Amino acid sequence: MARSVTTQRKLIFTIIGWSIGFLIFFPILWTFLTSFKTEGTAVATPPQFLFFDWTLENYHEVQSRSDYGKHVMNSIVISVGSTLLGLALAIPAAWAMAFSPTKRTKDILMWMLSTKMMPSVGVLVPLYLIFRDWGLLDSRLGLVAVLTMINLPIIVWMLYTYFKEIPGEILEAARMDGASLMKEIIYVLTPMAVPGIASTMLLNIILAWNEAFWTLNLTAANAAPLTAFIASYSSPEGLFWAKLSAASTMAIAPILIMGWFSQKQLVRGLTFGAVK
Amino acid sequence: MGSITLEKVSKSFGTTSVIPEIDLEINDGEFVVFVGPSGCGKSTLLRMIAGLEDLSGGRIIIDGKDMSNEAPAKRGLSMVFQSYALYPHMSVYQNIAFPLKMDGQEKSAIDKKVKDAAHTLNLTSYLDRRPGQLSGGQRQRVAIGRAIVRQPKAFLFDEPLSNLDAALRGNMRLEISDLHHQLKTTMIYVTHDQVEAMTMADKIVVLNAGRIEQVGSPLELYKSPRNVFVAGFIGSPRMNLVSGAAAEKHNATTLGVRPEHVQISKTEGAWKGTVGVTEHLGSDTFIHVDADGVGKITVRADGDFATEHGQSIYLTPDPNRLHRFDANGQAI
Repeated sequence: MARSVTTQRKLIFTIIGWSIGFLIFFPILWTFLTSFKTEGTAVATPPQFLFFDWTLENYHEVQSRSDYGKHVMNSIVISVGSTLLGLALAIPAAWAMAFSPTKRTKDILMWMLSTKMMPSVGVLVPLYLIFRDWGLLDSRLGLVAVLTMINLPIIVWMLYTYFKEIPGEILEAARMDGASLMKEIIYVLTPMAVPGIASTMLLNIILAWNEAFWTLNLTAANAAPLTAFIASYSSPEGLFWAKLSAASTMAIAPILIMGWFSQKQLVRGLTFGAVK
Repeated sequence: MGSITLEKVSKSFGTTSVIPEIDLEINDGEFVVFVGPSGCGKSTLLRMIAGLEDLSGGRIIIDGKDMSNEAPAKRGLSMVFQSYALYPHMSVYQNIAFPLKMDGQEKSAIDKKVKDAAHTLNLTSYLDRRPGQLSGGQRQRVAIGRAIVRQPKAFLFDEPLSNLDAALRGNMRLEISDLHHQLKTTMIYVTHDQVEAMTMADKIVVLNAGRIEQVGSPLELYKSPRNVFVAGFIGSPRMNLVSGAAAEKHNATTLGVRPEHVQISKTEGAWKGTVGVTEHLGSDTFIHVDADGVGKITVRADGDFATEHGQSIYLTPDPNRLHRFDANGQAI
């Protein structure tokens, strides 16, 4: 009897699981479907689910109105660039905090995290003025810098938790074996932390890719990434749902595919240290 | 060459003093064991010699050069850690080659030295494996291999055998002693196990609460412990320490008698007692006796000595091998 109960429960949990999954995925699916509708069918009531005249017109339109390729390049440069710069700064920082902590290390970590709790709009005006004066508005360099700063606390925190798991004796062994500080980080710490660094990198690329507040406010045309590309379809002339959907689909496709292939690392990264 | 001198070396963490002030001379080629109960500062002292802990005061002189503020890498010492501390992402070969690579040596020279070390330690067939695929004893050998390839001035061992099971520990003890005879390099070995200390050392340094209690050869410490602490720490089973009337009879506050220096008889003797627990080891029998007016006494008897629980028995300590201590616990 016990066995049938387990099977039944399994079935119920499976159904619940898939339902929740579908619910979360639905907006993306709906956006995807809408991108193949005409502007008319996109807003039709009752909404049409699958049986409408499928068209690629929106994609043609979007591509001819704005340069998708340029926005993709901007997104890649900004998200990958800010992530690499962030890692270069965060690895030594996390090393120091994990292996050579002082009395104030915990406070510094908390302080770094607290900057994430501040509403971004609070520093928009000063940052905008600095960017204007330094000529960084609408430049990739400026965006890389600002996204690095925004995400640095998360990178440091994630790396710190990974590094904490590495036994300090191994690093001491490297020191005894004649490794300088740089060699110790390059040959011993980094290779041992590769899984952690990889998942930190992936997560941060996704965060930077999806970041909209700063990318919308500090760019106009040249450095505008995909977020700005999507936003340009909600214009004063009115909403173009179908085209907006086509643009959104094109914008999230690359990161969705990347996320799909790196699921394992991501899940490990997000739950790391949760079970100990 | 590998002589190490500690001059007034001290260590404190904040306001807590871990090691008050230590002077110690370690000669070239000596096998020195730091032994003491846990928390006595022996590992800290070793890590200070290694350069992994900063000194709070004093100097460490290696081969005549003041190395107190040098980085660990510059001191020319090798260390074997309790946890082995192998690099998990490298093969056995790469692990052993690592110090040579850091030293910037040529590939062919590295190859030769790694293979020589692997041969010495019976690791040749494991060179391609990762540390995770090795047993505890093999990992320990890799750690030793990594230490010997650099031909250091001295080896530092930080409780290297405590993660191994008893049988393997016995083997590794012999291997390390063998290695010392082959290489004739200075070795400093930290352990809390007095058997390891007695069996391996040329010179034992007994530490207690950051202080050196006594320095000497294993037999010196066994035969003439300077104080009650050393007397109780060195030797297995522990020395019997008797106080009260029985001690005063010998003009001492505390009287020490080793279990192997007590005569046992069923008919007559100095102290009368009742047999408690008896431990048969085959070669020896340890008898725990509750002696009247003296206290609990452990006696080592022959392997086939037969007694029963509750039986009356007479004990006589060997008068020539009594250890007498004054009120401060110092030997008289």
